[in-house]
Amino acid sequence: MSNKIRVMDPRGYPPKVEGKRLAGRPESLDGKVLYLIDCLFDNADVFMEQLRQWFAEHMPGVEIRMEKPRESWVDDPEMRRRVSDGGDAAIIGVGL
Amino acid sequence: MGFALELEKAGIPTIPVSTHAFARLAKASALAAGMPSLRNAFVPQPVVGLSPGELRGYIEGTDPINKKPFMQVVLDGLTGALTDADYKGATFERTTPRFLEPDTEDNLRALFMQEGWTDFLPIILPTEERVQAMLRGTSHAGDKFVNRMAPTSFREKWDFDVEKVAINAVMAGARPEYLPVILALCSSGFSARSSSTTSWATISLVNGPIRGEIGMNSGIGALGPYNQANATIGRAYCLLSMNAQGGSEPGNTYMGSVGSNWNYTACFAENEEASPWAPFHVDKGHKAQESTVGIFFGGWYTQAGFGPRETWQEKFVRCLTATDHFSPPFIVMDPLVARDFQKLGYNKQALIDWCAENAKMKARNYWDDQWVTTLVKPHAVAGVEPFASRLAADPEEMISIFSPEDIEIIVAGGETQGAFKMISGRLVGGGSLRAGNTKGSPLFSVDEWR
Repeated sequence: MSNKIRVMDPRGYPPKVEGKRLAGRPESLDGKVLYLIDCLFDNADVFMEQLRQWFAEHMPGVEIRMEKPRESWVDDPEMRRRVSDGGDAAIIGVGL
Repeated sequence: MGFALELEKAGIPTIPVSTHAFARLAKASALAAGMPSLRNAFVPQPVVGLSPGELRGYIEGTDPINKKPFMQVVLDGLTGALTDADYKGATFERTTPRFLEPDTEDNLRALFMQEGWTDFLPIILPTEERVQAMLRGTSHAGDKFVNRMAPTSFREKWDFDVEKVAINAVMAGARPEYLPVILALCSSGFSARSSSTTSWATISLVNGPIRGEIGMNSGIGALGPYNQANATIGRAYCLLSMNAQGGSEPGNTYMGSVGSNWNYTACFAENEEASPWAPFHVDKGHKAQESTVGIFFGGWYTQAGFGPRETWQEKFVRCLTATDHFSPPFIVMDPLVARDFQKLGYNKQALIDWCAENAKMKARNYWDDQWVTTLVKPHAVAGVEPFASRLAADPEEMISIFSPEDIEIIVAGGETQGAFKMISGRLVGGGSLRAGNTKGSPLFSVDEWR
């Protein structure tokens, strides 16, 4: 016991995490507006264009709208507002 | 990820698509945002450099994390009924104790390594006595809030106070008199342990009387391991960053593919006394008797040379155009080099202007860069100069790759050789592209933390 010492924790203070619920889901995307958001990472635009073509070929009843933020890694509230005002669902990629 | 979380909160079912290398990070980020059941879809790494056909193959292939067809994951994610967990999210409170459970030194050292609280070099264990001794290096109370930090913009920020900085300073082997410099660096809130895949690092510069007061080395080996203050101030800033922000763990809070040895420690002082020019901090609007720190965000490359010799202009152009143009250089010059440039008729600003004027490459080479495309091109498209003109240029046209405000010059070294180094690093708060705030001086006051 005598050779034990007490030291201090080097970590910072994490914020409290408030739980947030997922958005409600539609039963189907048919007739719905789906936004494909290019997050501006290199080649993400090419991926999103391929995704758009996939929906055109396989699910033509889904209205696709393409979007992109003003710049990468930076929030764009105006873009989010366009999506939430006019859309039913969204796919964003490719990146974090 | 941030967009997806915000859109879900706004009532829009959203699927973020990431490459499989980011699966752990995606899960951890969603949990920390209170939405652990966020529905992600994954494609294999890489996406960069692949043809449309190859990317179509990803879309028609299998999600490597969910082990189901990629489009099934996407469609199920957007339309699948919500579960109880989806409805409530996750509310929780994490705490970090002030003291760890008492244990032997060996066990505590093992614990610090196991938890990822060290850089895996030996540390001084932060006993309360040692931390109290460290705190005598500042007039500020241990519980004074210093700032917040996160490994990247989409992760949650953690708070830290003066005591946390002191704890990490003890671990790094710093002396109490270094603490105001360490506090100034940490007060930036700018992490020295960015989680970017590109392996960023910070390199810190100290100016003013504090250099002499704490015995920093700005002479022979100024950038090397030859001085306790230089070595431990940089290390303390790195350790504080990783610990205060909630970690720097590969695959979770650190994603740098190759990594950077600047992440161990990187701090030096300007050799103001031997320079023919005004000190760096005076150029930035501070008085010579003020003590400051500046932070360069970079560490991607180093170009080096000697001179200036007869063909220095060609050498400089070769070095400047061999740098990565998304991460501009700060140039560290031995006093011998600086004085010779002065004799050639170049003061510091004239030399910076010459570098910006003459560092050119073909427009197609400039734009064929992952980070210029990702982060600069949106500014160009929006009409922001000088990027818009660079985008409008013919692909074969030679265009300037730096603006004068991108480049800095610092004098350091011991006059044993007329050497210079061009090191990747944009001054935090100082450049034309974002890296920290841009209000007022880009430097941080040491004197405020004495």
